[in-house]
Amino acid sequence: MSPAKLLIGPARLAFQTVILALQQIWANKVRSFLTTLGIIIGVSSIIAVVAAMGGLRQSILNEFEKFGTKKVWIDGTLPREQRSTGSFRAVQLTLDEIIAIRENVESVDLVAPMYFGGYSIEFGGERIERVSTTGIWPEWHDIESREILRGRAFNAIDEAQARRVCIVNDRTIEELGLNLDPVGQYVALSGQRFLVVGVVETVQLSAMFGGGDSSAEVYIPFSTARELNPDGWINFCWAQLKDTSQADNAIAEITFVLRKMRGLTAEQPNTFEVRVIQQFIDNFNKVASAITLGAGGIVGISLLVGGIGIMNIMLVSVSERTREIGLRKAMGARPGVILTQFLVEAVTLCLFGGANGLAFGQLMVTGLRHIPGFPLGDAAIPAWAVVLSVGFSALTGVVFGMFPAIKAARLDPIVALRHE
Amino acid sequence: MTIEVRGVEKVYRMGEERIFALRGVDLSIARNEFVAIMGASGSGKSTLMNILGCLDRPTKGEYVLAGRPTHRLRGASLARVRNEQIGFVFQSFELLNRQSALKNVMLPLIYSRKHWFGARARARAALDKVGLSNRMGHRPNQLSGGQRQRVAIARALVNEPSILLADEPTGNLDSATSLEIIGLFKSLHAEGQTIVIVTHEEDIAGHALRIVRLRDGRILSDHPTANDPIHREYLRQAAIHAELAAAGTEARP
Ligand SMILES: Nc1ncnc2c1ncn2[C@@H]1O[C@H](COP(=O)(O)OP(=O)(O)OP(=O)(O)O)[C@@H](O)[C@H]1O
Ligand SMILES: [Mg+2]
Repeated sequence: MSPAKLLIGPARLAFQTVILALQQIWANKVRSFLTTLGIIIGVSSIIAVVAAMGGLRQSILNEFEKFGTKKVWIDGTLPREQRSTGSFRAVQLTLDEIIAIRENVESVDLVAPMYFGGYSIEFGGERIERVSTTGIWPEWHDIESREILRGRAFNAIDEAQARRVCIVNDRTIEELGLNLDPVGQYVALSGQRFLVVGVVETVQLSAMFGGGDSSAEVYIPFSTARELNPDGWINFCWAQLKDTSQADNAIAEITFVLRKMRGLTAEQPNTFEVRVIQQFIDNFNKVASAITLGAGGIVGISLLVGGIGIMNIMLVSVSERTREIGLRKAMGARPGVILTQFLVEAVTLCLFGGANGLAFGQLMVTGLRHIPGFPLGDAAIPAWAVVLSVGFSALTGVVFGMFPAIKAARLDPIVALRHE
Repeated sequence: MTIEVRGVEKVYRMGEERIFALRGVDLSIARNEFVAIMGASGSGKSTLMNILGCLDRPTKGEYVLAGRPTHRLRGASLARVRNEQIGFVFQSFELLNRQSALKNVMLPLIYSRKHWFGARARARAALDKVGLSNRMGHRPNQLSGGQRQRVAIARALVNEPSILLADEPTGNLDSATSLEIIGLFKSLHAEGQTIVIVTHEEDIAGHALRIVRLRDGRILSDHPTANDPIHREYLRQAAIHAELAAAGTEARP
């Protein structure tokens, strides 16, 4: 026999086997659909969960991106066990500490202490009480990278001379009724005359990050803020990593510097916190993977149930078609061919379920994407999930179709032909 | 010899009980013979046919088919022998109801190693041979009993088997249709086909050239019939002989 002929034989048999399987499914449309329901539900739910987690992850990463992935949060705080007794005031960061960090920590290139206050602000007849007023270093602009819409950012001279200048956001302009271009106008902040030198954009963070409705924000030089309220303290400090890969180094180095400056002994816990955005991202990724894995487990169970359904229906099919199997064997079908026929049928059935599951999953994902206010606009079915669903459906078919197929292949032709 | 059966026994076990369906059968069938197997119900006719058709294996004894010992084959090799050497016709037709006559006839070719090319044309030719060239697209439930059995015979012929085996092929048919079917067997035999049929009816068996009678799993008798040309010649000569002998006695003083 020529090689071509050797190949054509099995290929033709395979083709006919698939056709036969499809005919069988088509002949029992309703039954096939009901049988594959388990697989349809399993596949569509894993697809939906994976797509939703992907979408959520994307939108959260976008949020972090907006927030800045290189940012390091440094905050003086009491260790857990001292919270009820200790003084919070005593552990706040000092300017010396912040300067020490700037001078000694290699992995960080910028630091920016934040000095909060809430003062009244007046312009013309308008007055707003307790406007969020933050004292910042000029470095803040580089860390936050918020666009200066008009005017200028703070510079070293503002800081050195503790000038009475301020930068406002657009909400302040609205609420106080300032000029659309307020640069050059004077406002009264805590009763003192301040020159507006710039307008900064408002960054809208989602509720998850403490954002919400934007409100009036006023920024003044750090030194000015200390003069306005000498009894206040540095609420926290931003630092910026030279590179995101430096996150662990930065934490170690900052911790070392602060512990040394605070004279903490080896047994004493930290009286401060250093956190890196990357940690939040890693944590979130862990949670997301855990959820996906959990969903995978549930889907595994539903595929198991679906598979048992497939096995059941294949057993029914084998027993219904016992005579047909007997006939095919009498006509010379080898046991392997009968085995293949029923396996192919089970796999085809499962793939049919898997395909329906994918379609249904896509429908759910489209639905999720269009729920207003849901952070799932980016939800999409990743290619690997499609491949995996199809693969697992086929595997379910092979695993659960095997027993009925073996049963069919082992039937004795005479016994089978006598079956009624 | 196409078929050589030597000392074949078949024992069924039913729990403790052992049922001897065949108790030592010796049978040789040459090419282009037309044999009818007869016997009471339970005498082992179907058991023997199933062994001849390689659907079943003897408990003991040998079966050589077309020069090849088959009694030790099992599974796939036995399936191959069925596919290539044997055409089997069943009492209850055993057609696939969802498929057309043509597709039914093509069935053995699906599993054939030799005949995948031109399977359709072969199936058409086989249906043509049994006189159903105008019913190829019909499904079994759109055909009469006789037509169904013709489809089954076409299916049995499509792989050009060494032997055509039919277990009570007219058992489900009325007498007129039975005659049609037996006529078909006769014309196939005239074309050179080797045929073995099982039947209960003497007049059906009378169309064969040889009748093998079974009783209790043993061959009771094995005779040519009046249809056998050699036997006929023998009978004619015997008659002449008898006549001459009679004339001789008359002539004697
Ligand atoms: N699968 C089986 N298990 C047990 N006994 C069997 C089996 N098949 C046949 N027999 C027995 O073997 C004997 C011969 O049966 P077989 O079917 O060959 O008879 P038969 O001559 O074809 O009869 P019939 O004319 O009724 O078809 C009977 O006694 C039958 O009961
Ligand atoms: Mg019988």
